[in-house]
Amino acid sequence: MKRFVDLHLQPSIKDLTQVKNMVSLASELGYHMIGITLPPNVLYNLSRFRRKFEVISVVCTSKAVARQAAKDRRVDFLSFPSTNPRQRFFDHAEGELASKAFSSLEIDMAPLISSKSFQKIRLLSSLRKEVKIARKFDVPVTISSGATNTHLIRGPYDYAAIAALFDMTTPLALHALSETPLTIVQRNREKLSPNFVAPGIRVVRRKNCCPNA
Amino acid sequence: MRKRYLAFRVVSAQSVNKRDVTDAVWNAILKLFGEYGASQTNLALIEYDQEKSWGIIRCSRRTVEMVRASIASVTEINETTVAIHVLGVSGTLKALRRKVSL
Repeated sequence: MKRFVDLHLQPSIKDLTQVKNMVSLASELGYHMIGITLPPNVLYNLSRFRRKFEVISVVCTSKAVARQAAKDRRVDFLSFPSTNPRQRFFDHAEGELASKAFSSLEIDMAPLISSKSFQKIRLLSSLRKEVKIARKFDVPVTISSGATNTHLIRGPYDYAAIAALFDMTTPLALHALSETPLTIVQRNREKLSPNFVAPGIRVVRRKNCCPNA
Repeated sequence: MRKRYLAFRVVSAQSVNKRDVTDAVWNAILKLFGEYGASQTNLALIEYDQEKSWGIIRCSRRTVEMVRASIASVTEINETTVAIHVLGVSGTLKALRRKVSL
């Protein structure tokens, strides 16, 4: 059975009732792990935040931010919130950089669900191109809700059906809703553990932990 | 032609009647897939409980993902914000009721 993950719920942190409602709805819909965003200006404090949080996602609002984030190996997700195709910067160059830095492309579904007519058409077209580029450069794709309230949350299989609109096959979409984000979280949890030294190297036993050895 | 049954739940601040749900789903399909796509779905609202806000939709097996995407994209009925969650999909009504405990 798949373990579904939604790493981008955006409730108002001050409104605890809303946070609770969104978390319980996500759980009811079959998500095993969720992520709630905190809005610090991460790029300036990345090294500080990296050691505190399991997931770092950079909201790419300009080309400069997008390029810098794609180069940075501390960044887990590249998120492009704009529905305007000119302000979505996941092109071939971005894809190549993200591929080298092991970043993942994050696709939020809330803007797609809430947008209408031409805005939705343009967004679908942009997402189709981005998914194609991600596939070309082996950049993992993650699907998140990006929901700001309970009405924008949908179940994982509903998201997989919506993802077919921008040419993601159902198995690929389900992978983007489960294994891809789960792998990133597990990798980061391992890095945050005190026994982590470097990728592939971890402390098995400390000298002073077993005095009789 | 093989069919699929989808159980769904409407989440809304106001009560929504059967006609409004049918219209909302049809409109969503028309918007996303056009008249040609909508004609392939063979969509029908089999059952709807207004009090409990759940229902069952029947469609052709080949278009189940289209219908599911359309249902998920419904955000408004009668100018009220709504969300429709698909609870389960099955090939028979009996199996669907057992699956989603209706």
